[in-house]
Amino acid sequence: MAKAPLKSKDDLLLDIRNLRIEATIYPPGELPKNITIVDDVSVKLERGKVLGLIGESGAGKSTIGLSSMGYGRGGVRITGGEVLLNGRDILKGGAKVLRQIRGREVCYVAQSAAAAFNPAIKLMDQVIEAALLHKICTKAEAEKRAVGLFKKLGLPNPETFGQRFPHQVSGGQLQRAMTAMALCSEPDLIVFDEPTTALDVTTQIDVLASIKDAIRDTNVAALYITHDLAVVAQVADDIIVLRNGKPVEYGDTRQIIKEPRQQYTNQLVSVHHIPHEQNNPTGTPILSVRNITAAYGGGLVKVLKNVSVDIHLGQTLAVVGESGSGKSTLARVITGLLPPMEGSIIFEGRTLSPRLANRTRDDLRELQMIYQMADTAMNPRQTVGTIIGRPLEFYFGMRGKERDRRVAELLEKIEMGKGFADRYPAELSGGQKQRVCIARALAAKPKLIICDEVTSALDPLVADGILKLLLNLQKDENVAYLFITHDLATVKSISDSIAVMYRGEVVRYGPKSDVLQPPFDDYTDLLLSSVPEMELGWLEAAMKTRKMASAGN
Amino acid sequence: MLNAKNIPISAWIGLIITAIFIFAAVFAPWVAPYPIGETVGDVWEPMSAKYLLGTDNLGRDLLSRMIFGARITIFIAAMATALSFILGSVLGFAAAVIGGWFDQLMSRFVDLIMAIPTLIFALVVLSVLPANIVTLILVMGLLDATRVYRLARAVAVDINVMDFVEAAKLRGEGRIWIIFREILPNALTPLIAELGLRFIFAVLFLSALSFLGLGVQPPDADWGGMVKENKEGIVFGIPAALIPAAAIAVLAISVNLVADWILNRTTSLKGGRG
Repeated sequence: MAKAPLKSKDDLLLDIRNLRIEATIYPPGELPKNITIVDDVSVKLERGKVLGLIGESGAGKSTIGLSSMGYGRGGVRITGGEVLLNGRDILKGGAKVLRQIRGREVCYVAQSAAAAFNPAIKLMDQVIEAALLHKICTKAEAEKRAVGLFKKLGLPNPETFGQRFPHQVSGGQLQRAMTAMALCSEPDLIVFDEPTTALDVTTQIDVLASIKDAIRDTNVAALYITHDLAVVAQVADDIIVLRNGKPVEYGDTRQIIKEPRQQYTNQLVSVHHIPHEQNNPTGTPILSVRNITAAYGGGLVKVLKNVSVDIHLGQTLAVVGESGSGKSTLARVITGLLPPMEGSIIFEGRTLSPRLANRTRDDLRELQMIYQMADTAMNPRQTVGTIIGRPLEFYFGMRGKERDRRVAELLEKIEMGKGFADRYPAELSGGQKQRVCIARALAAKPKLIICDEVTSALDPLVADGILKLLLNLQKDENVAYLFITHDLATVKSISDSIAVMYRGEVVRYGPKSDVLQPPFDDYTDLLLSSVPEMELGWLEAAMKTRKMASAGN
Repeated sequence: MLNAKNIPISAWIGLIITAIFIFAAVFAPWVAPYPIGETVGDVWEPMSAKYLLGTDNLGRDLLSRMIFGARITIFIAAMATALSFILGSVLGFAAAVIGGWFDQLMSRFVDLIMAIPTLIFALVVLSVLPANIVTLILVMGLLDATRVYRLARAVAVDINVMDFVEAAKLRGEGRIWIIFREILPNALTPLIAELGLRFIFAVLFLSALSFLGLGVQPPDADWGGMVKENKEGIVFGIPAALIPAAAIAVLAISVNLVADWILNRTTSLKGGRG
């Protein structure tokens, strides 16, 4: 392939000038209209450098990333500007040029590797496909190259790793296999689209470190798309902050995180610093979980082993752990959805029936739950008024005007206007949906609310608002929270006591100040040291000092 | 809420044709030019101003018989469909929500019924029972309910594991609320799509039964029976048998045009407000 002559002399690899991307939307009952997704964005990227694209969902970061391959996802159109890759405008070359560059000069690493790999083809065949298609090397050479990449990315048994199918490896490994696939054809540019967002925090750091090493060793340039400023600070040389398709701030990493010039950037940087005074345990707890052992499949798979925790009135217990640690199962046991094999749950001095069906209506009312996915936690066919009003009808027998007034009060409490009562969930934003779920829980006047990862599906700034709201409500209503999360920053900002869970056991439990005080046990240390901090060079330091390897390996 | 401008042309066509059929069926005694069983002319007279669609094998006015036939056909098919939907969906939802032995018992029983070819099953049952409209509706409705049950159960099983259903269970809601307020509104879309189809199957099934002589009994006639009465005429190039057949086809298409449109409206998660 005649690749060399196309390369320009200077070091400029990618030059996006005044990019404008539009899409046509078809609102029901209205005429189709054009909306602008990306407006006047210019980006320059030199060989071997990494540019971080950062912003909330809908900011246009993925759209910009994909435009470097001349691709518009889901019918979006690139309507203005130029995308110069290796000195030529790829938007003007037509299909032939695109076919040449994709998989050869630009490669793409998707967010969900599990969804992006073909489950019916062995990993090796998928990893070397692009290299073979572009006739870069022979099959034997490509496989040798792939094995080398597997080794470099820290995958187990690199010689035989490629013989496995995608479902036979873990999520973190799959994400690294995808990076190997992108690197295999030795491209000039790789687009990483949220490659670590779907991973556990302890796995994320491994993937992040191996991506960083691979980028350094192969001298490839990269666009790194993410919503997490702390993550991008570890890998990027430059950062562009985007909002609603427009650039907010563009500068080198140090400047963006240390001396942000725009207010929006400052907000992003200072997220997760919610002041919260720790409350100490008071007398008898409102809820005691005592020696709970629970299992799925009739006792075959034990998910909780001898778990005991206490929650006090008006306080927050945070349950922290990776996926599979049993924290959501603990919530299911407390709510009665999964009767435990052993142990008991004591709520306000009375022992709760292990089965949901045998609990009294007051037991149910005083123990409410808020879900991770607000989308599926609300019936899409009911209006907000019905969703919030139903607990009022059900528990307090409120009807008509009285009920509507209370619904309006609750909407006020969650900082939403009265006009929302007639809306359907599909007409709300992600943050608003979660607020409605909070109002539904509050409507029952509960003593304890179980919050199952309530902020993990939300953008950082929106999540911040939800956490502040929850804290304010706790002060007003004196309600206790059992806060399940994998995000330690969240834990630090809202909890009074913490339980760290690992493989079904509580490995560390106590007031927040004690739990976060060294010396740590190995797992807590791993968990704490894996949370990306907004410091340059944090990643290297963290990899060096941690005591145990992450669970993903 | 309903804006005439927002109704697509295809839905208009379906609505108008269906409305004509229903109008003719409801007001049959006033609309039809002649009584249903009366011999008014010669055998198989061609279309004329006096007999708009000609006459049938016994010299009865074909248009009048078509109109009275519409009444019987649409009534039986609609009642049978309604019966099968109410029974099938309620039992299907209940099986999904209750689960366990109830689900097993119901599902295996339905499997058993579905293992027997519907037409043969109906023929056997109808040849034993007295042939009147009530038995026809019951037999057709019960047999069709097995199909609706399968669909309703499959849809409800998926909805039953959603968080909002779990939230309702945690609230302490009873099964009635969960079935009718949480699951039914979300299962409506596939059920309505099925409804249009099932109604047409009911019309065809009734016509098949009548054609075989076990459906509507003379002197009453539904469209299927009329095809049977006039089928010998086809040999002589007389279209009398084709007219009821065409009516069945037109009804099938128009009802489904309407069902498609309702389907589009119920798919909207914004209450059809756009």
